[in-house]
Amino acid sequence: MSATRTLTPAMKLRRKAKVRRNILYLVLLAIALVAPFVAYPVFLMKLLCFALFACAFNLLLGYAGLLSFGHAAFLATGGYFTGIMLASYPGLTPELGILIGTLASVVLGTLFGALAIRRQGIYFAMVTLALSQMMFFFFIQAPFTGGEDGLHGVPRGELFGIISLDNNINMYYFVLAVFLIGFAIIRRAVHSPYGQVLRAIRENEPRAVSLGYNVDAYKLVAFVLSAGLAGLAGSTKTVVFQLASLTDAHWHMSGEVILMTLLGGVGTLFGPLVGAGVVVSLQTQLAQSPLGNWVSVILGAIFVICVLSFRSGIVGEIQKVVKKNFK
Amino acid sequence: MTMIFGVPLMVFMGQLMLGLINGAFYALLSLGLAVIFGLLKIINFAHGAMYMLGAFAALLGLQYLGLNYWAALLVVPLVVGGLGMLIERFILRRIAHLDHLYGLLLTFGLALIFEGSLTNFFGVSGSSYPTPEALQGGVNLGFMFLPIYRGWVLIAALAVCLATWFIIERTRLGAYLRAGTENPALMQAFGVNVPQLITLTYGFGVALAAFAGVLAAPLYPVSPTMGSSLLIVVFAVVVIGGMGSIIGAVITGLAMGLIEGLTKVYYPEAANTVIFVVMVVVLMLRPAGLFGKEA
Repeated sequence: MSATRTLTPAMKLRRKAKVRRNILYLVLLAIALVAPFVAYPVFLMKLLCFALFACAFNLLLGYAGLLSFGHAAFLATGGYFTGIMLASYPGLTPELGILIGTLASVVLGTLFGALAIRRQGIYFAMVTLALSQMMFFFFIQAPFTGGEDGLHGVPRGELFGIISLDNNINMYYFVLAVFLIGFAIIRRAVHSPYGQVLRAIRENEPRAVSLGYNVDAYKLVAFVLSAGLAGLAGSTKTVVFQLASLTDAHWHMSGEVILMTLLGGVGTLFGPLVGAGVVVSLQTQLAQSPLGNWVSVILGAIFVICVLSFRSGIVGEIQKVVKKNFK
Repeated sequence: MTMIFGVPLMVFMGQLMLGLINGAFYALLSLGLAVIFGLLKIINFAHGAMYMLGAFAALLGLQYLGLNYWAALLVVPLVVGGLGMLIERFILRRIAHLDHLYGLLLTFGLALIFEGSLTNFFGVSGSSYPTPEALQGGVNLGFMFLPIYRGWVLIAALAVCLATWFIIERTRLGAYLRAGTENPALMQAFGVNVPQLITLTYGFGVALAAFAGVLAAPLYPVSPTMGSSLLIVVFAVVVIGGMGSIIGAVITGLAMGLIEGLTKVYYPEAANTVIFVVMVVVLMLRPAGLFGKEA
């Protein structure tokens, strides 16, 4: 029938936006595929791991409105479990090791999430921070984490038992695949009816309750999803660097992921990616410069500036400009 | 020698005393957090940094200005409190109309700046502050040996907590403060200068942290990171007690210190984590906190 083929102007606009978005995705993918031949692959892998970490965090803060100050616990749990598994069972392939690390984070996320969602707002942040500090002390004292030294020499192994990950280019494409899977999960969750309900809870929790939604269940699923993906990032990072250390469990790490998300743009899909890119590059650059000792001061200053006058973040500001000029 | 569950009485009482001292610091810091939270509705993540600044100001004052301990106890809270008022007036006020989580993030940024700067100048190893002459030595109480300085810290901290309670519950200024906590807009309509009250409150809360810092200087190594690790424990204490009442904050602080001290005697491996475990239990049984109202 011809009637179904006529498009209203609104549909045309939407279709145009979709085409534009797909082109953007393809361009970004092309850049990601070429990148290891242009830039240092290990740096890119670090960036992708932190980007996935920040995207996972953003799912919670940006879409559910829950500020977790303890996401380092999930990054570290994933990292340590994967590291211990791969180091103690030489036959284990890396993808299985990463799966085990991720599952460990999911379990921890379920426990912490169930506790933390019993309080709201500022208390939620304090509870998550305290719980992750508890994990930090656990990792220091546990006999299997290597204490202050951390776990070293975790083998990268062979993917599916076939592809050697000791080759940095192979490793890079594997990390890219992990990132894309994680990103796709987040994108799917955000654009689903589930994501809509999450946003409704963020905007007005009592209203969501009165509409009959089981708010706690929605929050818990978001928390577990976010913790699991953070664990996935940590597990992958351990395989890349062949190392799991206390730095990942420290509360500074929880602060850093907040900064990445805030700087890139809270509640935007690409914000955490951009934020992670800026923060990781900055840290790498500063570490080699005479300003190396001032990293924490500079990060603190960026924090203050972001909160005072740059709350939409980089991607948020770009979106504002695009909306103003291309409609 | 008397034994308590297989531990010599002297050791037992000594650890209990150490726990009580830690508890006094938890009480002072969580009190300041609660006072600030009441009016500003933000959690001051820079509170640990302010405590650390208090200890450093005492140390530097002694080294470079010859400021003795007793003068530091008076001057340092005023100076650091003044710094707090400047921070409130020129930074925090600009984001007062936003979601209060931004206040947490901003003060976290400030904490990073203070901690990072001092680390660059003084390193992380920490220096020691001499115990003031009048408070050196100790007394044997028969059942325990009490270093005089520790006794003094306990008394001073409790006296300051009591004074804070008195100011807030029994004076006109405190009445304004409580009214402002309930309804700042109405207060302003009655002609009370609420912005000024907020500035003073933040300054007061910060001064309490700085006072705790000066008290702590002769006890613990003075280092740039001394505040942040303490602050996370204080957060757990605040979650346990709730920020509804002053007495509640003080009791919870002291009780958590005692529990920590007891754990050190019987199961030292868990001493770092026991307060977090208590927090977990409280969250399961009484999510609003022991003294809290559901917020």
